[in-house]
Order: sequence, then structure tokens, then C-alpha cells
Amino acid sequence: MNWEPLLLTLKLAGVTTLLLLVLSIPLASWLATTKSRFKPVMETLVSMPLVLPPTVLGFYFLIVFSPNNAFGNWLDEWLGLKLIFSFSGLVVASIIYSLPFMVHPIQAGLSSISPSLKEAAYVMGKSKLTTLIKVLLPTIKPSLLTGIVLAFAHTVGEFGVVLMIGGNIPGKTKVASIAIYDEVEALNYAGANFYSTVLFVITFCILLAVYLINGGYLKRFWK
Amino acid sequence: MIALRIQKKLDGPNGDMLLDLDIQIQKGQFVTLYGASGAGKTSTLRILSGLLQAEKGKIEVNGTTWFDSATKVNKKPQTRNIGYVFQDYALFPTMTVEENLLFGLPKKGDQKEVTTLLEMMELVDLKDRKPTTLSGGQKQRVALARALVQKPAVLLLDEPLSALDMKIRLKLQDYLLKVHKTYELTTILISHDIGEIYRLSNQVFVLENGKVIKSGTPSEVFLNDTISGKFKFKGEVLKIEKDEVVYLVTVLIQNEVVKVIAAASEIKRLTIGDRVIVASKAFNPVIYKIE
Repeated sequence: MNWEPLLLTLKLAGVTTLLLLVLSIPLASWLATTKSRFKPVMETLVSMPLVLPPTVLGFYFLIVFSPNNAFGNWLDEWLGLKLIFSFSGLVVASIIYSLPFMVHPIQAGLSSISPSLKEAAYVMGKSKLTTLIKVLLPTIKPSLLTGIVLAFAHTVGEFGVVLMIGGNIPGKTKVASIAIYDEVEALNYAGANFYSTVLFVITFCILLAVYLINGGYLKRFWK
Repeated sequence: MIALRIQKKLDGPNGDMLLDLDIQIQKGQFVTLYGASGAGKTSTLRILSGLLQAEKGKIEVNGTTWFDSATKVNKKPQTRNIGYVFQDYALFPTMTVEENLLFGLPKKGDQKEVTTLLEMMELVDLKDRKPTTLSGGQKQRVALARALVQKPAVLLLDEPLSALDMKIRLKLQDYLLKVHKTYELTTILISHDIGEIYRLSNQVFVLENGKVIKSGTPSEVFLNDTISGKFKFKGEVLKIEKDEVVYLVTVLIQNEVVKVIAAASEIKRLTIGDRVIVASKAFNPVIYKIE
């Protein structure tokens, strides 16, 4: 059995989730507190991947990042980044594709905290950053966990974007979802079944773990 | 000394309202802000602490300027060194009682300060508990202890006792008096409870629609119209019944329901729902202690 597409999927999901977390915390805390006029526009942009067909997203990535275009060319020449048919391209596309799944839970969590909590930290002399790290983020731990898991699972399950921008290069862009399609095309149902079963089990376990942790079942069990 | 002269437009309950204050508070005073909801009491505390910014004016505390719209001075809340007890206590839910206090300790602060406060507020047995497992009165004590960890010069209390029952209230009032004296604080309290105000404070500002309409000692503010020694209460008529030759009028006074005898001539002018004054002139009331 060829484990490569599965490992690639997990690597892609892991890297994407980590970068998304770093990116989404400041973005979500801005969205949760801002009174800016641009907030609705920003919220729309963040939510777009929810409704847009992944192929549309993939198509525009393909156009924008193509070395034949000004932006793609600039990326290639100045940063040495080739985003078409490469793993880094998949990461960038996945970040945008899974952005709402990370931002929404964190934003909702931060909005639900009573403002007096951070005000209490401010009058105690704590900076905004310290307050975020020591008070707000620990308080919304369940939301963070939800965001991490949804973004991870969503990246594992992505197909259209990857196919458009990544293609089907073994070891580079051939992730499990593509491999399944590939095997079915070749009428190799046993191979497709192998990848599918592993993905099925992984996603079930991840989601189960979230519900166990956020529902407090584990805590009760350990006691 | 606190000198507060500020103006700020607020969204009051009846549309826009101008909060326009000019008050001085001497060091070591225990001051109460009294007034209806939406009169601007909480906004006053928030402006003083820097959580809300006034449009015009100047705030000076113990010789330092905290805010001055003319010279664009505006100290951040982080640097004003204020102890603030919020209405909802604002305890950090992920930290234990002790960690909540330690979080407030300044970088060069002494850990002993936390221990002292835990002992003083009788929180030692609760120090490893999370806030969600505490009762209202216990949360209140933690919030108060936490506000004092950074040794503030000014303590602000936003209706800290309003959610508690009478017995715990009285006990917490003792704690408040104790810390006010021990830490030589200037304390500003928001309260609706006249009894509480009498017990705790030596100066009252009555706010109405963003302005101070009355100020002075609690006796000066609250006793003015009853100082004649007459025994009278305002109430609402709930029921009028005929009993033999007289009438019995049931009146709601605050939370107490009382029955008053009235003659037929007096009843003529009364209907259910009327606001009335129940007064006694000739008899001396008797006082019993209740526990």
C-alpha cells in the first residue's frame, strides 16, 4: 500500500492549521472588537470560501499565481516562490480555503467574553497582548480547539482547490483525496477503498476527540 | 485628592445625554454615587479609570494629571493604578482564586501581599478553587482582594453588593470598611441602597441625567425632608375593603404590605394604584432589633 498521499495530506493539513492559527488569532480579535466601517467587507471576504465552489477559488489562484502573470512572476523572481503545482502553493490555497473555519469559532469565542474581563486586566496594568495571551485565549480554549480541528479536517477533505492549483504530482501535490479520484479513474477500487477507509477513521477520531474534550467527558472520566 | 471636571456625550435611556461633572474628592474619603439607572454613574467610574474617554475636561489625581483635553494628556488605564471591582466581578475563569490575585501583582510586587489579602478576606481555604465554583459573596471577596493587590490609591466599586442577600451584604460592608481604612484608600462606590450608603460613606453625590443635583454627607442628602421627626412613608394602594364601620386600606411600602384604617370620608378620594403617604403624627414609633 502506498502511504505517501496520506502522509502528504496530514502534512498539508498540519502546516495549514498551524499557519492559520497564527494568522487567525489577530484577525479574529480585530473582527471581534473593531467598530471599523470595513468590518462587514472583511467578514464577507473571510466567509467567501464557505459558499464559493472550490474550483472557482482554484481557478483564480491558478491565474494569479501563474508565472506568466505579473504577481506570479514577482513572487518567483523576488521570493523564489513557485505556487503553481507545488506544495507551498497548496498551503497558501488551503489557508484561504479553510480561513472561515478557523476565524469564525475564535471570533465567536472572543465576542462572547464579557468586556469587563479584559478591562479588569487593563486596570491591573496588563498590556493588550498580555491580556490576550494570559486571559482571553485560555478562556476561549474550547473555541480554539474547535477552530483547529475544523480547519484541519476541512483541509484533509479539500479536493477542488488542490486539483486546480496542485495537479496530481506524486509526493508533491497528490494528496489522499486526489489519490482516491485517481484510483477510481483507473478502476482500482481496492486502492480507493484503502485511502477512503483511513480518511474515514481519521476524521471520525478527530471529531470524536473534540466532542469528548469540549463536552467535558474526559475530565469526568479521569476523575 | 481627585479633581474631576469632565464632559461627555452619552446614550442615555432617554436619548442623548450630556455627562457634565465637576467634583472634588479629598484623599481618604469614602464617596458614593447615587442615582437612577442611566444617570451616568458607571460612565463616571469608567472615565476616571480610563476605560472610557471624556470629550472635554481634566482629571487630576493626587497632583498628577490623568487626563486633560486641552493638552491632550490621556494616561492609559494600565498606568493609572486603580482598583476596580466590576458589577459582574470579572474574575478570570481559567485561573484559581490565588492565580487571579497573583495576576494582578505588579512585576516587582511582593508575593506576601497576596497571602496577606487572602488571609484578610478569609479566602485561604478557597485559594485553589476556580471562580465558577464560588458563591456570589465569595466571588465578591476575591474581586475585592484582587483589586487591592496592586496597592491602588483609588478604589472604584460598581454596585459590588447589589446581587447579594442582606446578611452577606452586611458582612461584606465590614470588609469594605476594613480595607478602606487599612489601605488608606480613596474609595468611590456606586450604590442604590441607602442603608449601605449610611454605613459606608462620608460623602454622597446624587446624579440625575448626567449632573450632580445634590451632594453632602448621607444625612444631609437623604434626611432633608424627613428631618421634622414625622414618621411617614410613601406607598401604593393595593386594596380597599369595608370592615364594619371603617375601611381597611392595604398599602405597599417598599417591600412591606401594611394595613391602615381609614374613614369613609378619606376613602372617597382613594382608588387602587394611587400613590399615597402613610404618616403618623401623635404616636412615637417603637424600634425592635431584627436579626
